[in-house]
Amino acid sequence: MTENMADVLAQADPGSPVERRSLWTRFSSKSPVVLALLALVLGFLIGALVIIFSTNTVLDAWRGIFSSWGAPGHALKVTFDNVGAAYRAMFTGSVFDPSQFWHSIATGKQWDNTLTPLSETLTYATPLIIASIAVGIAFQTGIFNIGANGQAIMGGIAGASIGSMINMPAIVHIPLTLAAGIVGGMVAGSIPGFLKAYTGAHEVIVTLMLNYVIAFFLVFVLLSTPFQLPGQSNDISRTMHSSAQLAPLFGAASGLRVSYGIFIAAAVVYFAWWFLERSSLGFDFRITGNNPNAARASGINARRVIVVVFLISGGLAGLAGVVQVSSTTHYVDGNFLIGSAGIGFTAITVALLGRNRPMGIVWGSLLFAALGVGGRNMQAATGIPLDLATIIQSVVVLFVATPVLVKEIFRLRSSSAQGIQLATKGWGS
Amino acid sequence: MRIELRGITKRFGSFTANDRIDLVVEPGEIHCLLGENGAGKSTLMNVIFGQLQPEEGEIVIDGETIKFANSGEAVRRGIGMVHQHFMLVPVFSVAENVVLGFEPTKSFDRLDRKKAADEIRRVSKEYGLEVNPDAVIEELPVGLQQRVEILKALSQDAELLILDEPTAVLTPQEIEALMAIMRSLAKAGKSILFITHKLKEVRAVGDVITVIRQGRVVGSVPPTTSEAELATMMVGRDVKLTVTKEAAAPGDEVLEIRDLVVRDDRGLAVVNGVTLNVRAGEIMALAGVQGNGQTELVEALAGMRRIESGTITVRGRDVTNNKPREMLDEGLGHIPEDRQRNGLVLSMSVADNLVLNTPRRAPFARRGTRNLDAVEQNARQQVKDFDIRTTSTRELVSSLSGGNQQKVIVARELSRPLAFLVASQPTRGLDVGSIEYVHRQIVNQRNEGLGVLIVSSELDEVFALGDRIAVMHEGRITGVVDATTSRETIGLMMAGASSQSAHD
Ligand SMILES: Nc1ncnc2c1ncn2[C@@H]1O[C@H](COP(=O)(O)OP(=O)(O)OP(=O)(O)O)[C@@H](O)[C@H]1O
Ligand SMILES: [Mg+2]
Repeated sequence: MTENMADVLAQADPGSPVERRSLWTRFSSKSPVVLALLALVLGFLIGALVIIFSTNTVLDAWRGIFSSWGAPGHALKVTFDNVGAAYRAMFTGSVFDPSQFWHSIATGKQWDNTLTPLSETLTYATPLIIASIAVGIAFQTGIFNIGANGQAIMGGIAGASIGSMINMPAIVHIPLTLAAGIVGGMVAGSIPGFLKAYTGAHEVIVTLMLNYVIAFFLVFVLLSTPFQLPGQSNDISRTMHSSAQLAPLFGAASGLRVSYGIFIAAAVVYFAWWFLERSSLGFDFRITGNNPNAARASGINARRVIVVVFLISGGLAGLAGVVQVSSTTHYVDGNFLIGSAGIGFTAITVALLGRNRPMGIVWGSLLFAALGVGGRNMQAATGIPLDLATIIQSVVVLFVATPVLVKEIFRLRSSSAQGIQLATKGWGS
Repeated sequence: MRIELRGITKRFGSFTANDRIDLVVEPGEIHCLLGENGAGKSTLMNVIFGQLQPEEGEIVIDGETIKFANSGEAVRRGIGMVHQHFMLVPVFSVAENVVLGFEPTKSFDRLDRKKAADEIRRVSKEYGLEVNPDAVIEELPVGLQQRVEILKALSQDAELLILDEPTAVLTPQEIEALMAIMRSLAKAGKSILFITHKLKEVRAVGDVITVIRQGRVVGSVPPTTSEAELATMMVGRDVKLTVTKEAAAPGDEVLEIRDLVVRDDRGLAVVNGVTLNVRAGEIMALAGVQGNGQTELVEALAGMRRIESGTITVRGRDVTNNKPREMLDEGLGHIPEDRQRNGLVLSMSVADNLVLNTPRRAPFARRGTRNLDAVEQNARQQVKDFDIRTTSTRELVSSLSGGNQQKVIVARELSRPLAFLVASQPTRGLDVGSIEYVHRQIVNQRNEGLGVLIVSSELDEVFALGDRIAVMHEGRITGVVDATTSRETIGLMMAGASSQSAHD
């Protein structure tokens, strides 16, 4: 009797704790996308707080909240205006501007203006996708390639050299330039690869340090005669011949920068999926990454895996570097991928965000590129510094890396008292 | 403590692992749980221990309905548990693991290592489970890790002790000791839930035996019930408890080990001059108390541990210090002692684990590309043949029950062409029905000419399978005898007597 009662009760009351919890668990565990979206919401909320506390007009409005009856309403309005303007600028700068869009629809003109934000986002996303795949493949093998940025720089140098120093038809020049980039990255990647495989050196330290070495190597190369732009004393390379450049998709006249590089990125994404899911070598990699002991017992040669991972990861990072050069600037200078432009570092966070899965990485890269491009527009339109975009990016990654925290936050909001009790549950399972 | 389960139901997705289970454990009672692999025993224990939350039903402790949100709350309520797959921190020492969560501290909250170590020495002396408090877990063989796991549970003074297959890797002496401990705890009024697949044990120590099949309670019986009856209740059909073996027809030597010396992680020569041979079509059983060098010997055979001196020859070819891949190519089949460490990738699917060491062999791959259809087909076949209980071949191995995880390894190793098989505790954690099947498979392969080396601390298995029996003690073979030798003699040899003096 009592059993049946429990049955009936559990079914009749969908809001019972057990039910709700299992729904949530299903929701979040089955779909990391949901988690990422919630993290994004939190990122924007925290970003809003930053805007509030860093904008004088907003703060002033709140300071004067007791001055008159209308003041609190005014303060709220100012807050929403400022935050809204910032995020609107971010959106219109990275995706599209609705009014501009309708204008184009109505008149059939100015499509270039309408498409520029998307084009810019894709332009930034292209090398980022490739670099993040490079990092993600290594992560899946249990290897932390923190050196993707240096490897990308090496790829950029190699590609820019082949692209600028020899002259040949585009049909061979472009592949050769890309190949040079890959080889450049592989050379840089092979160093930590061999060091780890044969001396046991820890890859994080080696790759991290190599980033510095390569950053200085970049300046050194750019100041030496064969590479330096003739007649220059600055650290800047020759410009790539047009036969080596990845041309804009819609022609140079369109003003849209998005280039044929996105096809390379698409190919890399497909390769990564095939490699990890379908290839024998990728299977070895995943076994090694998930259980090195079982990998050894299964006859997988750990040294070989380590070296090959670094060659593939470094090669892809190098490809990211050369794609970056040959689709945007067409030359390399002393700031190439240095500081906030360091896509090889951003790639680490993007790979984390995308859980090292190729499609996850694509979405992560698009998000990061959009935040970066949109952030620039926001800075121009509202004066709120671009760093806000970086803050949002970081917060998103932080929350994605700590799913428990996101769960807890959203559970606490959904139901107060019960929520607290529930919040402690999901930990074990 | 009196604990009562009422209508406990636990589902994983659409799969029901526990189906309206009712169970009562009285104070001072040793309550045994029997059931096939995947019947839902561990799941039920994890529900009691607060690690899983049931979808339906309630737990009543001493008249009070209880809901544990996590295992910490269960421990505070006086429940201790020995997990089937140990919950130990591999890089921590024995002492650190045992006190984890209840650390004795000095000023400023610092861990008092000395006090912790003293505590371990005290408890392990009290219960006769010896282990070095300073040893690091990951360097210990599973048998010793099991002792640590038991010590950890005992040291918490639980009112209800849950023991999930603690005896699977213990030696007969240790099992005796553990059963004595259980009896004395029960006498002191503590309740015990004890899971094992060894029918002898439940009959020896249990007050009540509850049998579970496919998530449901089949019934509770007294310990006087015969082994055959218990087996039938469990599996739902008659089970042969010992395989009938045709006489061996040994052929040429396949594996020859000569004067082998192998060091363990600490540099001690734990295999110290082992000479042994295995012929085609025979099963050599290597008996011995765990920790006498068997682990390292097997690792050396698998190419996973460096050989200091001596030689290993396979079908006349010197394979000393070959790499694991080369040994696999020589036709080595290997069922490792620690399945989760060396045998499986828990975060990968059943299908992938079934081709873990043959991913490149036809038909599973062609020119570097995996043939997932072939992998899937193979998985379906093995799941059927070996009765691996899983909802799908794509299921992650981590969600399988312990015995079914073991079956994945056994199926993988026995289904590829082998020259010889080295199996450490091949039926560890398997139910009687599965043991029957696996033993039959091994004997069949031996009939077809496979040379087999079984390493086991379980005398039943040694006698069930062995055509010849070698006994290992302190890194040496104390003697090789035939399978008609008495248990007492083998027992003495395991304690270090030579075969000659043991006979006298
Ligand atoms: N996390 C999980 N997700 C999905 N299925 C699970 C999960 N945990 C257990 N199961 C399934 O529940 C069933 C019962 O598993 P359980 O571990 O309780 O078996 P068991 O009786 O302890 O078996 P064994 O004797 O082999 O240890 C198994 O079929 C298993 O595949
Ligand atoms: Mg179990």
